[in-house]
Amino acid sequence: MNWITNYVRPRINSIFSRREMPENLWQKCDECGTMLFHRELSDNLNVCTNCGHHMAISPRERFKALFDGGVFSEIAVPEPVADPLHFRDQKKYPDRMKAAQKSTGEKEAMLVAFGEMGRTPIVAVAQDFAFMGGSMGMYVGNAIIAAAEHAVKLKRPLILFSAAGGARMQEGILSLMQMPRTTVAVQMLKEAGLPYIVVLTHPTTGGVTASYAMLGDVQIAEPNALICFAGPRVIEQTIREKLPEGFQRAEYLLDHGMLDRVTKRTEMRDELITITRMLLGLPPAIRGDLPAPEPESPPAEAAKPAKQSENDPKPKPATSK
Amino acid sequence: MTQYLEFEKPLAEIEGKAEELRALGRANEEMDVADEAAALDVKAEALLRDLYKNLTAWRKCQVARHPERPHCRDYIEALFTEFTPLAGDRNFADDHAVMGGLARLDDRPVMVIGQEKGSDTKSRILHNFGMARPEGYRKAVRLMEMADRFGLPVITLVDTPGAFPGKGAEERGQSEAIARSTEKCLQIGVPLISVIIGEGGSGGAVALATADRVAMLEHSVYSVITPEGCASILWKDAEKMREAAEAMRLTAQELRKLGVVDRLIDEPLGGAHRDRDASIKAVGKALNAMLAEMDGKTPAALIKNRREKFLAMGSKGLAA
Repeated sequence: MNWITNYVRPRINSIFSRREMPENLWQKCDECGTMLFHRELSDNLNVCTNCGHHMAISPRERFKALFDGGVFSEIAVPEPVADPLHFRDQKKYPDRMKAAQKSTGEKEAMLVAFGEMGRTPIVAVAQDFAFMGGSMGMYVGNAIIAAAEHAVKLKRPLILFSAAGGARMQEGILSLMQMPRTTVAVQMLKEAGLPYIVVLTHPTTGGVTASYAMLGDVQIAEPNALICFAGPRVIEQTIREKLPEGFQRAEYLLDHGMLDRVTKRTEMRDELITITRMLLGLPPAIRGDLPAPEPESPPAEAAKPAKQSENDPKPKPATSK
Repeated sequence: MTQYLEFEKPLAEIEGKAEELRALGRANEEMDVADEAAALDVKAEALLRDLYKNLTAWRKCQVARHPERPHCRDYIEALFTEFTPLAGDRNFADDHAVMGGLARLDDRPVMVIGQEKGSDTKSRILHNFGMARPEGYRKAVRLMEMADRFGLPVITLVDTPGAFPGKGAEERGQSEAIARSTEKCLQIGVPLISVIIGEGGSGGAVALATADRVAMLEHSVYSVITPEGCASILWKDAEKMREAAEAMRLTAQELRKLGVVDRLIDEPLGGAHRDRDASIKAVGKALNAMLAEMDGKTPAALIKNRREKFLAMGSKGLAA
């Protein structure tokens, strides 16, 4: 204890901490370059107020805007085996995971929740591109299966927001196997007669597009979202020609008959309410501000299956070794 | 003349020398080269055995892509009778990368579908190097549906670098076509047996290989992305494909350990291309054995078991 630790250091610290504040208050639109005030931007769901460009939005932020009063209950996703292949490229896979967890504050690339949207009970699942490119590994597979199982159990529609670069290479073939696996999850919904609505957001590519993200009853995309199997760079390298303007963007896919609709994020919620209520044979939703609902206490029958599978360390392997 | 792979160069030298000696012997009757040539043959075989004893993952990829490796057409022609190709997706085109049709396997009618890479420049272009477009997957869906309606088992032979990354393919819904093909695999109430005979390239392979039983030839590979693709993304250097191939665990042996593959089919020494007939016979035997395992199962049980198999998939890693 001396003069330096007691007096000088706190002074220095306080000078620096004061300067930290204003940094994140403004964000530049990647499309038109307008500086946008953070609160205004988040009120507009990360859509540029000047040019309408849709920037990324985290699953949590999206759910806050989707569910009535921002209230939703998370559904626990069974933990898969960590680093199943002991994969290492330039970095170890577990290190990449930790870095992604730190930068996003999320455990993995998918968030599953249930709640009400315009007083319509739903299950929703959203993919996080910020988490290792939203890549589909065993966790994402588990998340979609958990979501589908809950939807079937609770007899609710499932709304899925996709965003991914494709399969998670660090899980090798096991990530590829999530394609048939998530397809089984979609079949559970279809057989239960429940709507499965996919909202494709920027970007949705590779094995994700080639499985659960293209199997919705209704396929909606956000404006200008890149949606494809093979990315534009790969195609340009293969066919060695320039691709047309807007190729593989939402509007282009709509023109080519691959989507039902392209809808602005700010209008998405209303549209999802309208569509799900019609598919479920419910009366039209009451428009306008409703009081926030009571947080839905996780019904016993809903919470159980996730718990059970969580406690079950060894789901039955497909084949013996 | 066999085409040698890069790692087979020392072998090429020895076999070349033996060949030269024999040629010399034929030209010059006084020279007795038989013993020397035979000694070289022994040496070559020992080297071949040694090379193939522990192939690295990347070498396996090279063997799996060997241009003389038997392809889908070779298997269909040799193993099936009355093969009657059925063409088209009834929507846009007939994709020659996917061949399929009715055929008999040991007199039993089946639907056989597979990816064909072609065997010379002309046929490779015709078959688009085994890279299917949406029409190929939609044809597969159509044939699987037909098989389901008439109670015919479906056999798929997988050999593709991946689905075709092209402008038209994307415009016509490559991803949707793959997704629907995988979905159809999970819906049909007839046995579905798949053999990966060469390359199992990503979604383009899984769309046909979501099967009751999946077998792989000893030196075939199956992966989520090509080693070159993986290397260029994760290593930022496509030349690191050896490391990427190793890290992805794409060999038949490792996939068997992971429970993704149900059966391995032995290849002749030096790979399937060194004895095509033996490889084809081995695949035929495996197909019959796997089909027999499905005998007497009801459509409902088949669908249920197949779904459960894939639901459990990817919940288990390599044993630590």
